[in-house]
Amino acid sequence: MSAPVTPDPWTALRRHTPARIALGRTGSSLPTAEVLAFALAHAQARDAVHAAFDAEGVAAAIEALGLATTIVDSAAPDRASYLRRPDLGRTLSAAGRAALAPGSCDLAIVIADGLSSTAVHAHAAPLVEALLPAVRAAGWRVGPVVVARQARVALGDAVGELLGARLVILLVGERPGLSSPDSLGAYITFAPRVGRTDAMRNCVSNIRAEGLSYAAAAFKLAWHTREALRLGLTGVGLKDESDTALLGGAPALP
Amino acid sequence: MTYRATLGATTWTFEGLADLMAKASPLRSGDVLAGIAATSAQHNVAAKMALADTPLKAFLDQALVPYETDEVTRLILDGHDAAAFAPVASLTVGAFRDWLLSEIATPAALAQLAPGLTPEMVAAVSKLMRNQDLILAASKCRVTTRFRDTIGLPGTMAVRLQPNHPTDDPAGITASILDGLLYGCGDAVIGINPASDNLSVLADLTRLMDDLIQRFTIPTQSCVLTHVTTAIQLIERGAPVDLVFQSIAGTEAANASFGVTLALLKEGLDAGRSLNRGTVGDNVMYFETGQGSALSAGAHHGIDQQTLEARAYGVARAFEPLLVNSVVGFIGPEYLYDGKQIIRAGLEDHFCGKLLGAPLGVDVCYTNHAEADQDDMDSLLTLLATAGVTFVMGVPGADDVMLNYQSTSFHDALYVRELLGLKRAPEFEAWLERARIVGADGRLAPRVAGHPLLTAGART
Repeated sequence: MSAPVTPDPWTALRRHTPARIALGRTGSSLPTAEVLAFALAHAQARDAVHAAFDAEGVAAAIEALGLATTIVDSAAPDRASYLRRPDLGRTLSAAGRAALAPGSCDLAIVIADGLSSTAVHAHAAPLVEALLPAVRAAGWRVGPVVVARQARVALGDAVGELLGARLVILLVGERPGLSSPDSLGAYITFAPRVGRTDAMRNCVSNIRAEGLSYAAAAFKLAWHTREALRLGLTGVGLKDESDTALLGGAPALP
Repeated sequence: MTYRATLGATTWTFEGLADLMAKASPLRSGDVLAGIAATSAQHNVAAKMALADTPLKAFLDQALVPYETDEVTRLILDGHDAAAFAPVASLTVGAFRDWLLSEIATPAALAQLAPGLTPEMVAAVSKLMRNQDLILAASKCRVTTRFRDTIGLPGTMAVRLQPNHPTDDPAGITASILDGLLYGCGDAVIGINPASDNLSVLADLTRLMDDLIQRFTIPTQSCVLTHVTTAIQLIERGAPVDLVFQSIAGTEAANASFGVTLALLKEGLDAGRSLNRGTVGDNVMYFETGQGSALSAGAHHGIDQQTLEARAYGVARAFEPLLVNSVVGFIGPEYLYDGKQIIRAGLEDHFCGKLLGAPLGVDVCYTNHAEADQDDMDSLLTLLATAGVTFVMGVPGADDVMLNYQSTSFHDALYVRELLGLKRAPEFEAWLERARIVGADGRLAPRVAGHPLLTAGART
């Protein structure tokens, strides 16, 4: 006896969208294979949120690139607190503050676990590696790379301020989607100070194998850094025109 | 004014109505984050007891958010209908719960009462109600709205078809729309959350949906969920806009964070109605809300998030919307931590909206950093369907690939229809039958490979 699953005769439409269309049905319900495929995708996203963050491993990979690192914690003591109290994830712990020596640099790089340790483990060090040639070519002075546990985007402001950085780039694990559990985001903030709002940042997102490549993301980050240092701002006043730069400044086709 | 409740040797005191309401609210992470939640289980029940003894009238005398500085408070209090309020005017909040669940509270009595209730009264009584109370009382409320079909009739539940695509690709969006229509969904609205805010892209999406609706004479309406000012611009440029969308909240300051005022919403309403595109009615507004939005905007005035959410429905009903959607689990675990909190909030929002006379639907949903999963969504969907929810979302496979969260699917809608015998909006159901998508019993008809809708899809 064959299984009572009714297929949908429009599977050809699937090539137009990543959405879960033409799934077929058994009665009114999803076929078993689709229920399990969804469960697996959700499990991957959940594990990305809750996977323990290997800060030492990330720091070792960064040091192998020839950069100094410092590991800090936010004020959120654990994952459950982190998820309930976004304010704690934006604040450095007392030990974290003490670990950061006041100084002066052009560029501070912060690597934060955010909502996907999976994304940070996979993409943070390769992205920094891809960015380094542009950093060295421009002669930007880079502070110690800070690896931050239980951290949100605004923690970069506190770190950047303490390090005396002109600009901070914070790499963070983005909120995992069902089809993108390992997406890394990068936030660029000029003159980082505690209290900066999201309107004062620029963002490069969706950095992952199926999304933005390391090379493309590094190009955008270098472009934003150069423009931010030149104009003295980031945020809504800095429009991403890096695509134009990529084309050598050629005007857009009509 | 100080409110008190004595439990054994302990007397609990509450400084003012706002404090009493916050402490009486069922536990949720957003109120804890705001620092206004009850500090223990007994503290919470003591507040419920003191609230039960509070007259409903107190909410007319004491504004939780100041009248002078908040236009939402002015809208609520200036629009209060004292004659409609008369049947319950002498009741306490506790007695009002009893009244709602009694035989006196018929659908007709509840419809007459709605203009006499303020959001704060409705929020207050909800805090004394268990989930079954919220379901039973809401199931007695009838709110019917119309544009090209009739939403909210007894025994029906509508579905918003949500065909989002990460880059607004027209072929991708069309594919999801066709999938949804062929699964019998889309009677509430075909509504796209665009990735772009580019005006010409939005105009193209509006035309894409209008072409499909016109070509197949589908009795439904379309909406591109963009800012009200953008919708007004689209209308000025001649785009075929059916519904005007806006996210709203329960305080003037929170609405300001969304870039709207009541006057601007009125402009949107007038612009939408000026096109006269409805065939059976002129409810042209589509609002979305969600607990926690005011706190998120730093505009909560120390009021608990559930009460502020009810105030958002007070805003919504003033603009005679076709649809009001509480996007209950989208905001994240810092406001609603887990499945239990999301389920409770969904039932509260539906009850409060319906009692106020708003056509409440619920986006039964969660994000991947919340402690929730498909089982929780199944529970909430089933409970809301028994409560008579006006509409829910239909997202392909429950996975929104643009907004990165999980909602309800086309299959989920079929499940509750089969379980509870719920029909679609009658005009839309008749169209589905004419188009041979469903049979006379409303169930999906056998699949046909050469369906005209699919031929249309192949052309895009």
